[in-house]
Order: sequence, then C-alpha cells, then structure tokens
Amino acid sequence: MDPLDRVVKPKTKRAKRFLEKREPKLKENTKIAMLIKGGNANLTVAEVLKDIYAVKKPFAVLYRKKNITRPFEDQTSLEFFSKKSDCSLFLFGSHNKKRPNNLVIGRMFDYHVLDMIELGVEKFVSLKDVKNSKCPEGTKPMLIFAGDMFDVNEEYRRLKSLLIDFFRGPTVPNIRLAGLEYVLHFTAVDGKIYMRSYKVLLKKSGCKIPRIELEEMGPSLDLVMRRTHLASDDLYKLSLKQPKALKPKKKKNISHDVFGTTYGRIHMQKQDLGKLQTRKMKGLKKRPAEKAAEDSGVSPKKSKSA
Amino acid sequence: MAAVRVEEVLAAAEEQEAEKRRSVVVEKELELEFDLGNLLALDRNPPPAAGLRGAGPQREAQLLALARDNTQLLVAQLWELPAERAGGAGGPLVARLPEPTFRLPREKPPPRPKPPTRWEQFARLKGIRRRKRTSLVWDEQAKEWRRRWGYRRAGGDPARAWLAEVPAGADPEEDQFARLRREKRERVARNELNRLRNLARAHRAGAAVPAAPLHPTGHQSKEELSHVARVARVSTASLGRFQPRLPKEPAEPPSRSGGRKRRFEPLLGNLAAERSRQLELLKDMGSKKPVLDITRAVNKQLRQEEAEAAAAKGKKQSQRGKRGRRQQRAGRSSRKSGARRQQQQRPAGSGGGKRKKA
Repeated sequence: MDPLDRVVKPKTKRAKRFLEKREPKLKENTKIAMLIKGGNANLTVAEVLKDIYAVKKPFAVLYRKKNITRPFEDQTSLEFFSKKSDCSLFLFGSHNKKRPNNLVIGRMFDYHVLDMIELGVEKFVSLKDVKNSKCPEGTKPMLIFAGDMFDVNEEYRRLKSLLIDFFRGPTVPNIRLAGLEYVLHFTAVDGKIYMRSYKVLLKKSGCKIPRIELEEMGPSLDLVMRRTHLASDDLYKLSLKQPKALKPKKKKNISHDVFGTTYGRIHMQKQDLGKLQTRKMKGLKKRPAEKAAEDSGVSPKKSKSA
Repeated sequence: MAAVRVEEVLAAAEEQEAEKRRSVVVEKELELEFDLGNLLALDRNPPPAAGLRGAGPQREAQLLALARDNTQLLVAQLWELPAERAGGAGGPLVARLPEPTFRLPREKPPPRPKPPTRWEQFARLKGIRRRKRTSLVWDEQAKEWRRRWGYRRAGGDPARAWLAEVPAGADPEEDQFARLRREKRERVARNELNRLRNLARAHRAGAAVPAAPLHPTGHQSKEELSHVARVARVSTASLGRFQPRLPKEPAEPPSRSGGRKRRFEPLLGNLAAERSRQLELLKDMGSKKPVLDITRAVNKQLRQEEAEAAAAKGKKQSQRGKRGRRQQRAGRSSRKSGARRQQQQRPAGSGGGKRKKA
C-alpha cells in the first residue's frame, strides 16, 4: 500500500518521506547491508564485520550487540531486523567448534530471505594490519571475478551474484576516471575463494590508457564455502523481474548499420514541386525595366491578331 | 671491467623499466566479460592452480599479478568510454557509464498499479484534466503574494475571522460561527470517509490479484500449498480425474458447488423456505411498481454515451493540440451539458406520470 493510502495517514512531512523511501518503487534505492554478530562471535569475526562495514559505508549498518540466532534454522529474526532497518543484504558472523569463523552472507526479497551462503574464514588480514594508505570512504569499487568455477558451479554463480550485489554500491551515470582507486578481486581456485582488495595507482604509459600498479590495501579474506540455502528457480526468476516501465524505450525510425552510421527515417507528405522554396538568386531577379519590356513584348502579338 | 658491467646492468635495468612503463597490453587466453555499468569484469580463464597452492608470499604475489592484469583490462575498457571534462575546461575527466547489464534481483517486488479512485473515474468519464495551480495567490488586503493555504495564507487566518454574515434565507437566531465550525467538521469527516472507501476499494481490487500465487514464494502456509497442489492436479486435460494419488493422500471430497451441472433443491427439503419463496413471487406479481426503473436505465444509457464521447474527444484532443482543446472546452460547457440536464429531467417526469395512470 502506498503510504499516502494508509488507513492512518502520516501526520508530518518527515513521516511521509520516511514511508515513501521504504515503499516498493520502479527504480530502487541502493541496497543497505546489515552486519550482525551472533551469540558466540569471536574476535576474528568481529574484525571482519568491522572491516566490511568500513568498506561499505554509508550503505551498511553495523549492529553493536550480539544477537543469538541461527540463520539456517530460523529466519524470522533476520526478517524482523530487515523490516525494521529496511536492509536487504545481511552478513552474519558466528564461531563455534564445528564451524569456526563462520560468515553467513545473504539477501532478502520482499523482507523474506532469498539466498544465504555460509562461508568459513580461513585467513584474515584486516585493514589496520596492512600499513598502506587507504582510499576514501564510499569509493565505488571495481569488481573482478577470476576463475572458471564462478561460471561452472551453480552455487558459485549465486555466490558471485551475491557478492556483486553486496559490494557494488550505488549505480551512477558518470564516474571520475581519476577516482577509480579501489578494486576487489575474487579468485576461485581449489575450492577456496580468495578475496583481495587493492588500491589502484595509475601510472604514466606511452598511450592514453594509464598503466596500473596495485598496492595491497584493505581486508583480504580466504574463504571456503560451507552450507547454502538458495532460492528456488521460480522465486529467483520472480525477484529478477523488472517492471516494463524500466525498459529503455526504443526510438522508432532510427537504425544503425555495420559501420556505426546512424540512419533516420523521415516521413513527408506529398510536396507540390511547383511551390518549393528554393534559394533566392538576387542576380536573376527581374528588374522593373525588364519586366515592362517583357510585357510590351507579349502584347504586340495580341494586337496583331485582333 | 667492473665499471663496464655496472654500466651494462644500469642500462638493462633502465630499459626494462621503460618497457614496463609502456606496456598496457595484457595477453589472456579467453577474453574477459565486462559490465561497465557495475565496474565489473569476469575472467573465465582458469587461474594457475599450481602457483596458488603454496601458501605465503608467493601466492600473494601471484594473486597480485593476476589482479593487476585483470584491472589493466578493465581500466582500458573504462578509458574507451565517452568522456568529458566536468565543470568546464579545468575540471576532472568524467566518463559516462552505460546501464548495468548484470541482472541482479530486486529488493522488493515492483509496485502494483492502484485502481482509480471514485473522483478519478468520474474525471476520466467527463474528460476533466488536472489544472496546475499556482502556489502563491495575490492578497488584495496585504498587497503581496501569499500562499494559497497554510501559514500566513491569502485570505487571513480563518480562526481569527471576526465577522460571519447571516445568509439571505437563514434563521436570524442561529449562531453563524457554530454553523461554520460544524460545516467544516462535516466536510473533514466526509473527506475522510471517502478516502477510506477508496482505500477499501483499492484493497479489495488489489487483493483479488495475488490471492494464491501458483509458484513458490518461500513463505506459504500449509493451506496455501495444498490449494496450489489441488489446482495443479485439476489443470490436466481430463480435469484431474486420472491423476494418481500419493499413498497417504486423502481422496478428493465431493465439491460443494456440485460440479458443472446445475443443482436443484431436493423436493421435500426446506418447507419454510419454499413457502417464503412462493409468497415473494406472488407479492412481486401483485405490486404496481414497474420492474424496470426507467430513470436508472436512461441515466445508465446517458452515462455510457458520455463515456464514449469523452473517449472520442480525448483521442481528438491529443491529435488537435492545445488550440483545439481550448475551442472544444468553450463549446462543450455551454451546449451539451444543458441539453443533457433537460433530458435527464424528462424521463423522471414521464416515469412518474406512467405510474399514476396505471
């Protein structure tokens, strides 16, 4: 229901804006992630959450207190949090003997869990352990996925989609080329996923395109995939569905050929070629003396016949 | 000799550095897939597993090299995009990104279109368009532009109105201020009632659509799922008559509606109901009131005609443009509505007349 259509109408403009922000829209807001600590989270997991929060600011919410829930058994508390804070991505960290340094990364559709993937952190290097210069907060990162596993395996494909959704940030129409400073590189090898963050240095090269040098920055994680809870194909297809209004409108009567030339078609009505307006040739204009001579030239014929 | 060697070494090192500086070309077996709207690059090449197996700085160096190559390719693609200088000649170089192509699921389902409210239906019928109002109105007394409503409005604060004229046909003893306050309260209540009615209508119409989605939504109850299973069973060519049942699935109970054939009441069922039905029938036959309400029928017909006329006019207006619309509006308000009003009065009179005769 539209917030303007609620049974109890919002009494202030601020409340109305708050409700309008949360209702389903044609073009959606940037997804916000909630970072939650489980009942038995240890230092490593807490550090991971803090670092991811630093990377994803301001589109993330870090919950300070520990929440005793089990995402794979009961999803109601996650859904409740998502509804309260209007977040559709979550990262839940916990630790126990069977699953040490556990991270559950997931996303929601319509405030219900869509996909959840459990990852184990084998090695973690935090932001403050790497003593290099960092890039400013809120930089849109470049995402690179290397490895054929990300295409072959269905679970890895969903994981790739989840990670892109998680880290991509706001969708922007323009980007400052000198500001491309941050790159997140995911490699899938040997059943492990290596996530590395680098700071990009643009060096001079002979041509227009600069040469890239990378400097290790930021959090680096060695992950291994554990359990998954993926949405069924139908539900996933339903969530991918975009409303028709968002489809780019096709401009009629414009076509392109192989060489990139744009052709346009104009439809004209039938023209009276006698009344076409052509260029005025001032030199060919009849002067009054000439005109008179012509007239007199025409009339003698008539007089002769009469 | 040592000096020569040093020179050679220095020259070789400088050449190497110059080479490195110049090379922006990266060789890859398979081309990468790019989604520049998301600043995304997908590398399908299998990474060198042997090098990455051994832990430690060697692996990091390998990963760094791989990342560097991929980033170089992505940046090369980004630099190909049409770029311009934002903010004049000295501003930063800004590239225009295309739309993201990688399909990601939405956060919430797309918004459903709301059914039109009662006023919107009427406006569409009559062809009334929304006129944009100015936000400020000229106040003669204050001699300035004031807002239409709200703080410091054009007509002065209504709470401070010290004069209320007694209208021509009103009772002189009546309290006019009380009347104005009562009328305002009634107007507000009526507006609220209409809003709730529109809301209820929208809710009813909207709820009819997602009653039982036939695909799994992840949060369906047992009843919903059994309903869906029943629908699936009946959607065969023989309407589910030959569908095998699971070992413990209960047999389908006989349908309450009695299937496709008509149902008839049993002969000696409910005597009281039969009696009341027969009496009702006799009463209807004996009454003098005509079964067909002429007024309502004629009004319905007129409304239908008006709707058609409005639809046709709407089409013509969009063809003609502003000039045509102005001319149309001037003509319409005078001629047609007057004739309509007369027409509506006549049937009511004639219906009443007919009744008296019979």
